Formats: sequence, C-alpha cells, structure tokens
Amino acid sequence: MTIPPPARSVDASRTLPFGIWLRMYLRLFAVQGSWNYETMLGNGIAFCTEPALRLLPGGINGQRYSEALGRQARYFNAHPYLAGVAVGALARAELDGVPAPLIERFRTALAGPLGSVGDRLVWASWLPLCSLIALGAFGLGARPVRVIAIFLLTYNIGHLILRGWGLRVGFQRGLRVADALAHPVLRKGPQYVGTAAALLAGITIPLAARELIGGGRFLAAETILLAIAGGVLLARFGGRFEGWRLSLAILTVFVLASVIR
Amino acid sequence: MMLLDLLPIALLGAVLGMDVVTFPQAMISRPIVAATLAGAFIGNAPAGLVMGAVLELLALEMLPFGASRYPDWGSASVVGGALYAGQAGDPAGALAATLLGALATAMLSGRSMVWLRRLNASIATRERDKLDKGSIAAVTGLQLIGLTADMARGFFVTLVAMAAFTPLVRAIVVSWGTGARSSRGVVVAIVAAVSAGAVWKIFHVVGRARILFVVGLSIGAAALLTR
Repeated sequence: MTIPPPARSVDASRTLPFGIWLRMYLRLFAVQGSWNYETMLGNGIAFCTEPALRLLPGGINGQRYSEALGRQARYFNAHPYLAGVAVGALARAELDGVPAPLIERFRTALAGPLGSVGDRLVWASWLPLCSLIALGAFGLGARPVRVIAIFLLTYNIGHLILRGWGLRVGFQRGLRVADALAHPVLRKGPQYVGTAAALLAGITIPLAARELIGGGRFLAAETILLAIAGGVLLARFGGRFEGWRLSLAILTVFVLASVIR
Repeated sequence: MMLLDLLPIALLGAVLGMDVVTFPQAMISRPIVAATLAGAFIGNAPAGLVMGAVLELLALEMLPFGASRYPDWGSASVVGGALYAGQAGDPAGALAATLLGALATAMLSGRSMVWLRRLNASIATRERDKLDKGSIAAVTGLQLIGLTADMARGFFVTLVAMAAFTPLVRAIVVSWGTGARSSRGVVVAIVAAVSAGAVWKIFHVVGRARILFVVGLSIGAAALLTR
C-alpha cells in the first residue's frame, strides 16, 4: 500500500511548544510499553501523541481529543526508534484537522516502511556494528567500564538522534513524511554500516576469542579449527536454526560428558 | 546464596529485562553491558565482562525484528554474569556451566516475553471499548500495566534462574572432569563459530562483505601474532 498524498499543503514552520515536544520525546522511550500481538505498538502511539492532542479545540475534555486518541490507540506497528516519525506525523495530522478516513489510511500505509527501514538500519546494522566495536575493545584488553562506555555511548548517539529526528521530521512534514524516509542515511546507511561491520567482524572475533581464552595464551589449533568449521557450517546452513539454541544443545552434552567422566 | 542476597541481582534483572522491549531500549540489556554490571554487583566486574563477551558473541545472531521471538538477553546476561562472577578462582568448567545456565535462562525468558505479550493483548481486548472512545485512563493504564508486568517478569525470571542455577553450577563445577584449557577452548570455539555464522547471515547481502571479512580476519590474525 502506498502512502496517500497530503490533503492540503503542510505549513513546515508550525512547531510544538517545547514542553509538549519534550513530553512526547520522553514517552517515545516507552512506546512499546504495552506491546502485544493484537494492537502491537498501537496503544504506545496513542500514549506518545497524547500530549499534542491536548492542543485540539476543547482540550482534554473535547470530542476531537477523544476521537483522535481512540483512533491512535488502534493497531500499529513500526520500528520503535522510528515510531517518532509516525507519532509526529499523526499528531500533526490531527492538529491540522485532516479527515479521519485519511488519517487511518495514512496510519496503515506508514507502518510497513517504518518497520522495514528501522529494522535494516538499527537491528541489522547499527546494533551489530556497535556490538563488534565493544567486542573489539574487549579483545584489545579494555577494562570493563571502558568497554561498557564505548558500547553505550556509540550506540545511543545513533539511538537518541534517530528518535529525536523522527519526531521532528514527522511533525514538520505531517502526511508528507514519506519523503523523509528517502533520507540518504536511511537508504544508504545500512550498506555502509554493513561494510564496516563485515571488516570489523573479521578483526574482532579472533581478538575477542583470544581474550576469552585468557592469560595471554594463544588459541589452540583445535579451537581455531572447530571455530572455523562451525562458522562455515552455520554460514551455510544457519538459516535453518538459531546458533544460540544449537550452542545450548552442544553445551548440555559437553557439560554432561564432563560431569559423568 | 540466600534469597535476600539474590534480591539486588533480581532487581537488576528486572530493570535490564525491561530494556529489551518496553523501556528505554537503550541496549543496557545487551550482554556485554548487562553481564558486566551483574559481575560488578557481585564484586567481580572483569569476570562479568568475560561472560558478557561470550553472550554478546552469541547474541549477535538474534535480531529483534518486530513480532519475532527472541531471548531476553537482559535477564539472561544478568544471571550469567552473576553466576560466573561468583566462581572464585575461575575453576575448570565454570565458564561452560554458567554459560549453560545463562542460555537456559535465555530460553525461559524468551517464553516469558511471549506470555507477557499475550497478557497485554488480553487486557487490550478487554479495554477495547474504552480505548476506542479515547479514554486517556485506559491508554495510560495499559501502558503502566505492560511496563509493570515486564519489570515483574524480569525480576522473577532472574530470581528463579539464580535460585535454580546457583547450586546446580556449584555441583557441576565440583564434579567437573575435563581440563581447564579444553573446557575453555570448547566454549570459545562454539561462540566464535556462532558469531562468525551470525556475521555472515546478517551481512552477506552487503557488497564485498566476504572479501572485507577475510581482510578483517587477516588483520585480526596479524594483531594476534603481534600482541
């Protein structure tokens, strides 16, 4: 489904009072607070748009407020970090008095792109890259505080900026927010981050493995061979099962064997 | 460990368990953070970091896409970090036994997240009329119930896992019959293989990923030899 065109031109200069913007931004951190298999993010979207809906004529006791909040509490799904785009755009649409059927169509159309773009950019690119950076620091012998700080600072710079950008651009553009999803960072970002991560993974995994062996000892040849053979097998057939479950099964057998021995 | 000793760890598991999905998703629940923090709680942050790195290598593979089912690494890492940090002198088998406990917790915690989502769904269905009418009390109430239930979930998962695995790990370590070097080698081989497979799974669609990974491996191998 394509995102419906805007019913009217959007005044890009319109802004939210800072206090309301801040409340919406902070609520975005709990947007998945009641995530469930029926409405998914729906209730969270209503929770996050609610401060802006108080600006509707009649305020919190007005009919437009109730209708808008009820509409926003229905099914919705998106990547949590990009939910701000939807929250901003939907709040703007409600404040601009866009007809309800158009808002509902827009909601439906927006969910898919916000999910897939966010999944690719954050879960499949940024998060693994930051993990690999932290593992690299561990592999180079960094102390615990430093490893944690490197990971959390690197990751959350991207995280916090993305949430704030989403809310801002969503409110600025309203129903025309689809254009924002063509931003170069969203389109090309995963590719560049993936390139860096592939290189970094090659450096990081052996370093982290050596650090795990500990005591400055070299990795034994059998450990290296086992890791390579396992890695190749998982790369070849990994789509059929999850590595951590396989690890659990192998470890169970190994632990039993070591105890019975 | 007495039940009272477990409470701080269970509270940490509750907070970090929430971070996985409900609040604030700042990735303080990632194993490399969560297990290290748990280790610090026990008074041995470096041991927590070792367990964190092991679990982080395994967690690389799991991408928390939408409604997919994945483990709650937050609570599981707290359990793994606390268990491993509590093994004085790092005896042979400690890493393998505590990793087993952490992964079993990950399985349990993943199921508990599904139960929580079903509970949220049933409450949302029950409150449907109020939500449709735009009741702010219903919207906020549902959020608060979800957040509180998630915190309780993380707390009990961590508490139960710690209560179950603390004596079990101790018993395993006491009767361990494999050498320290081989025990550690098996764990490292497993996590290195899973992480390499994960990297391939995630990034193989990226142009030149294979070449870059091999180039990276060469640099990593050179660094190993020179360090």
